[in-house]
Amino acid sequence: MGWIGETVDSIKSIKIRQVLTQTVTLGMIVTSALIIWKALMCVTGTESPVVVVLSGSMEPGFKRGDILFLHMTEEPIRAGEIVVFNVDGRDIPIVHRAIKVHERGNTGEVDVLTKGDNNDVDDIGLYADGQIWLHRQHIMGRAVGFLPYVGWVTIIMTEKPIIKYILIGALGLLVITSKD
Amino acid sequence: MHSFGYRANALLTFAVTILAFICAIASFSDNFSNQTPSAQIQILNINWFQKQPHGNDEVSLTLNITADLQSLFTWNTKQVFAFVAAEYETSKNALNQVSLWDAIIPEKEHAKFWIQISNKYRFIDQGHNLRGKNFNLTLHWHVMPKTGKMFADKIVMSGYRLPNAYR
Repeated sequence: MGWIGETVDSIKSIKIRQVLTQTVTLGMIVTSALIIWKALMCVTGTESPVVVVLSGSMEPGFKRGDILFLHMTEEPIRAGEIVVFNVDGRDIPIVHRAIKVHERGNTGEVDVLTKGDNNDVDDIGLYADGQIWLHRQHIMGRAVGFLPYVGWVTIIMTEKPIIKYILIGALGLLVITSKD
Repeated sequence: MHSFGYRANALLTFAVTILAFICAIASFSDNFSNQTPSAQIQILNINWFQKQPHGNDEVSLTLNITADLQSLFTWNTKQVFAFVAAEYETSKNALNQVSLWDAIIPEKEHAKFWIQISNKYRFIDQGHNLRGKNFNLTLHWHVMPKTGKMFADKIVMSGYRLPNAYR
């Protein structure tokens, strides 16, 4: 029989109360993760407080798989800051450095030009057709902190979904069969 | 209770906690470094200065940059990104920052340098306000850590002036 038999036995021996407890525990884990994420959104003021670097355009500073912590305040954007921005018509946000900033005096409106440290040319080619400046509404946040390698977990899970399902399945089985 | 799974889980949790703690300490230790960077920039030549067909002023400069950024490097420093920006005010804009030159400095040994270069990025105004314009040249640096918080600072050098006529 081996461990398969033991697993089957343990599934058979599950009591309704135990199942309920485990469901609640699982629910608590999921909701606390959600709470932490939403709280981070409030504190940092950006809709994605943590982003994973997907391209090598900021190497050697940021490599693929590194994690950046974002912060968005009312403070104006300044040249040299690493900003995360969305371009109309593109799904994936881009992490690049602001190299030119022109700020109006009365309205505070701002024109920003960005460039990846590892790229030879500025980002005008990446922007939407006819767009030559980024404005405030395109910018999701500025990078303030850095953690290497951790983002590989999400990259692997996105690119090889099978690993994600194996992992979720194994964890689920562990929760169901644990007896404490 | 003391199954293989529980022990593996406990070990992993402990290892990750310690790693996170060490990363936090490494980042925090950056606050205690004594930073005394210095820089000088001279404008050696105005290569050309003209109004583009669609009305924006553009100027090309030759710069002489001397800087010592060695004190920015600590054990948690991966690289220092340094750049020189021209900063000025016009009637249209309260602040214009135009990057003229930048460099990635990967090692402390390369952080004390002298370079003579014409501007790497185009110095174009939004409009035609550059004739006789007073402006600052600012050396900015952004320190990228191996892990943790990034920090940045600058040295502002003022008293530069563009010529009164196109050439």
